Amino acid sequence: MLKDITIGQYIARDSIIHALDARIKIMITTILIIALFTIDTFMGFGLFTAFVLGVILLSKISIKKVLKGLKPILILVLFTLFIHIFLTNGGEVLWSWKFISIESEGVYIGFFMVSRIFILILFTSLLTLTTSPLQLTDGIEYILSPLKRFGVPASELSMMMTIALRFIPTLLEEADKIMKAQQARGADFESGNLIQRAKSLIPLLVPLFISAFRRADDLALAMESRCYRGGEGRTRLHELEYKYYDFVALGMIIILAAAVSFY
Amino acid sequence: MSLIEISGVDFLYQNENSNRPALQNINLQIEAGDFAVIIGSNGSGKSTLAKLLNVLLTPSTGEIFVDGLNTNNPDNTWKIRQKVGMVFQNPDNQLVASMVEDDVAFGPENLGIPSQEIRQRVDKSLEMVGMSGFQKFAPHKLSGGQKQRVAIAGVIAMEPDCIVLDEPTAMLDPQGRKEVMETVEYLNKEKGITVVHITHFMEEAVDADKVIVMNQGEILHKGTPKTIFRLVKQLKEINLDIPVAVEVAEYLRQENINIPDILSIDELVEALC
Repeated sequence: MLKDITIGQYIARDSIIHALDARIKIMITTILIIALFTIDTFMGFGLFTAFVLGVILLSKISIKKVLKGLKPILILVLFTLFIHIFLTNGGEVLWSWKFISIESEGVYIGFFMVSRIFILILFTSLLTLTTSPLQLTDGIEYILSPLKRFGVPASELSMMMTIALRFIPTLLEEADKIMKAQQARGADFESGNLIQRAKSLIPLLVPLFISAFRRADDLALAMESRCYRGGEGRTRLHELEYKYYDFVALGMIIILAAAVSFY
Repeated sequence: MSLIEISGVDFLYQNENSNRPALQNINLQIEAGDFAVIIGSNGSGKSTLAKLLNVLLTPSTGEIFVDGLNTNNPDNTWKIRQKVGMVFQNPDNQLVASMVEDDVAFGPENLGIPSQEIRQRVDKSLEMVGMSGFQKFAPHKLSGGQKQRVAIAGVIAMEPDCIVLDEPTAMLDPQGRKEVMETVEYLNKEKGITVVHITHFMEEAVDADKVIVMNQGEILHKGTPKTIFRLVKQLKEINLDIPVAVEVAEYLRQENINIPDILSIDELVEALC
């Protein structure tokens, strides 16, 4: 169950999307997120989704795998949908019971927001699926590095992200193991109401946290013994380099985004 | 002068309630090219000693010199850490990056090596530990023995004079243990890297040049494997597991059967048949 989360799980493929420079991909993603928020018709969403599907095809990652990563946000999406349906007023009343009423405006906005969130996650998860975590953090470091002058610890931040990403699978594996161990001793994670379920997670979370702290301690020692002393003076195995197609992609996206927002 | 010189070292952990020092009056020399094995049971201070060699800790009293550099001098810290690489027990907790080659590159990156040279060092180190072709793998997809060999490669890529391995085999299955020991022996015999191997498995001391037995923060015995393995009774008293062949040989000697010094089952078979 815990294995299904694909956010932060890089899938190596030999594709043009993978080959793009991480900085460019981050910029493109940012631009498109902004563009996405300027879209205000379902038609626009449809076109945007078609574009995202095209990118997925280019990336040679199966659509199934990408969609699998969306599962965990389903709850959030449903929650948003219901909040809007029940609480947003306006338009004609479709159904009402005592103080609760469903109005057409709410339904419209609800589905609208949900489409937006879905496309947003679909698209951003594509960034982490096609960019190796290290390239990604390197990219973020490069983008943040002008802020170093103002005391933003860009290289330390990117190191933190690298480590976080490195330990996601390890900690998931461990959570799975602890869960099974607790279940073998009679712990029940699956029944009861929401509060009972949240409570039943305590025997999972406490050991997980303790072990995560121990890991952090060990890792700090290991890093120190390998001469880590912050970002200053560090070099890189993979220096990031812009290629011609990076600029082509960026140019295309800027034109696309401009077209979308002025349309 | 020896590569590593430890003279009169005591070490007391500041934050603990017990007053017993973790290390007491340690004197030890490790020569360049040595394969030294430190054995001891839990709480014998062997891991503390390892951390002192890498300046993760500094002695409370006494001095340690690595290639002539005093570990008490803060200016030497990074030079010493480059010269003495360290491999830890838990293979999961010492790999930093999500790809094997990036992890091996971590040390050289910290040293500020130019990126083309890092590339060469990474490929060379992975080849030396028999992990060529795993460059693009994620650490969590590897077996324990493989992870530990990647950790060793990460240390070799910094081109150290000496590798300190702090119980690198304790969490591995027999297959992984064998892989790691073969790698370490290869690095010592073929590449001339000094090895300080810390373990509680006595079998791993068989091929050592020098065996150091520790108990309760003190060095109990120093010598070649043959002389150390003779001390079956003393070693049992400090809760070390004696290899079966060595123990059998000792019992036979007590029955006045003449048996030469043996270290392994093969040698015992040879002596008896």
